[in-house]
Amino acid sequence: MKETPLSNCERRFLLRAIEEKKRLDGRQTYDYRNIKISFGTDYGCCIVELGKTRVLGQVSCELVSPKLNRATEGILFFNLELSQMAAPAFEPGRQSDLLVKLNRLLERCLRNSKCIDTESLCVVAGEKVGNIPKILNLGISAVDFIAAIVALCHFRRPDVSVQGDEVTLYTLEERDPVPLSIHHMPICVSFAFFQQGTYLLVDPSEREERVMDGLLVIAMNKHREICTIQSSGGIMLLKDQVLRCSKIAGVKVVEITELIQKALENDQKVRKEGGKFGFAESMANQRITAFKMEKAPIDTSDVEEKAEEIISEAEPPSEVVSKPVLWTPGTAQIGEGIENSWGHLEDSEKEDEDEGGSDEATILDGMKMDTGVEVSNIGSQDAPIVLSDSEEEEMIILEPDKNPKKIRTQTISATQVKAPSKKPVKKRKKKRAAN
Amino acid sequence: MQTESKIRADSGTEPGPRVPGCSLRHFACEQNLLSRPDGSASFLQGDTSVLAGVYGPAEVKISKEIFNKATLEVILRPKTGLPGVAEKSRERLIRNTCEAVVLGALHPRTSITVVLQVVSDAGSLCGCVWPCVGQITSQMGEEEHCEPTSQMGDNGGSVAEEARAVLTFALDSVERKLLMSTTKGLYSDTELQQCLAAAQTASTHVFRFYRESLQRRYSKS
Repeated sequence: MKETPLSNCERRFLLRAIEEKKRLDGRQTYDYRNIKISFGTDYGCCIVELGKTRVLGQVSCELVSPKLNRATEGILFFNLELSQMAAPAFEPGRQSDLLVKLNRLLERCLRNSKCIDTESLCVVAGEKVGNIPKILNLGISAVDFIAAIVALCHFRRPDVSVQGDEVTLYTLEERDPVPLSIHHMPICVSFAFFQQGTYLLVDPSEREERVMDGLLVIAMNKHREICTIQSSGGIMLLKDQVLRCSKIAGVKVVEITELIQKALENDQKVRKEGGKFGFAESMANQRITAFKMEKAPIDTSDVEEKAEEIISEAEPPSEVVSKPVLWTPGTAQIGEGIENSWGHLEDSEKEDEDEGGSDEATILDGMKMDTGVEVSNIGSQDAPIVLSDSEEEEMIILEPDKNPKKIRTQTISATQVKAPSKKPVKKRKKKRAAN
Repeated sequence: MQTESKIRADSGTEPGPRVPGCSLRHFACEQNLLSRPDGSASFLQGDTSVLAGVYGPAEVKISKEIFNKATLEVILRPKTGLPGVAEKSRERLIRNTCEAVVLGALHPRTSITVVLQVVSDAGSLCGCVWPCVGQITSQMGEEEHCEPTSQMGDNGGSVAEEARAVLTFALDSVERKLLMSTTKGLYSDTELQQCLAAAQTASTHVFRFYRESLQRRYSKS
């Protein structure tokens, strides 16, 4: 779906407002939007909301063998997805520039800064645990990275123990899972520039991003170490502008890191005390748009009677004839399909109709849907039953390969050539068989 | 509206088809929580939660245009990994049921896109997906509300993985008729009818939930 374009008057309005130091949502120039962090029931799942932007982060892990040139390190995969829920313009399967840019930024921020100790992910030099954080962006903003970091901090990987050559992976029930070892938490702060760098806004919202000239993203940790800087949009910045931005970023990052720590601690506390945790609890139930219903028992006492009534009133299922006819080893036939409906052609015989039972989907009496025929088990079958005496028909059976396996044939697998009147019937059967 | 509820036996070890003491897990929903989509809802049941957003009626690509009704498109995203065949088949299921329910004839040559995101999955996913879709009612006219109800036949444990069979039905809100049914596993026809009957009973609760949540939402307007 196409993105609705921004009108000129809206653009002019936004720019004029920025010149007068006013923002649409009433924030000051250096203000961040409200951050809300909530965790899911399983470890490593979190949703971070920055204003109206929502990002879902999920971390998962599995045991894999390491890269050959890095035998003692674990592998990290990052994957960022822009969901179509976030904006109609994000179509699946079309990798936009924005997605590539964000992915790259995420990788640089988290992988190159070595915030996660990959060596600690190593189980046995030669086998490893890899971590696969997946971030699903439901908005457009650098909040993705907060989500990523939060998810990583929250994640617990299953405990592994090595005894000699044996590696045991404990499930979550057997042993408490172990948190990842994270050295530091890089947080991204974004700055938008307008009018060739004259005006600056911290944490631009979606509208502001559409009218900006350029964007500067600085990833820092709370020790005031810059992890990543990315400037895009082609604006030219002076040195002191960049320094000023990094100072602002320093302050913001400290605040955000505190918030994250607090959220993690709260969640930990709730889990330890055995209270309820997860998304259900973080939903505000005072809101008029939210509604909860507690566990409701269901009276299923009359279920049996109802069912019996229905079954007794229903017609009995039609006779299903499933006698397979073995032509040669590897080729069999069930049923004959329906009558030829092409009218009377002299020699075509009316074959006895039995309801092509295999064509009907009958699930009755515990019979499985699988109508394949086990050819190899029909050793006890008598000689093949001759079905029709039509002279018109000549069935040519191709010599099958050594194929003792189960074959899903409901018609003769060979093609017959001499009977054009029969062909449509066969074709129809085949189509039915494919259903 | 479509709802899906999963019925679990609380007393776990009953082998017979009769499952006494069934109860629906606790569920919660929130509507209109995303700002960009035209309608959105989040549905939580137990630990499973699904987020849904709908865009429409909107501009449709000419190749996908239908001259007399709206083109409905459903996208289901799993929580981890790339979407695969299972997601595609679920999308199709949802789409077929939705097309029966949504009054597409009111919006010809438009597209309605439903995007579903699995936020967490603890069983009964199918069941959760539907209420989400159902909750997005504001823009689309729906001639009847439907409810998918999920039933587990003869489960010894109370978890979907241990059940012998899982049957999911979509029922309509007006007469509790069957709109869609999808099943997995081995079961007898008696059990099928029993599950269907139980689903119909359970559906009253779910529809009540829907009604109340909508009433609450529109109570101030």
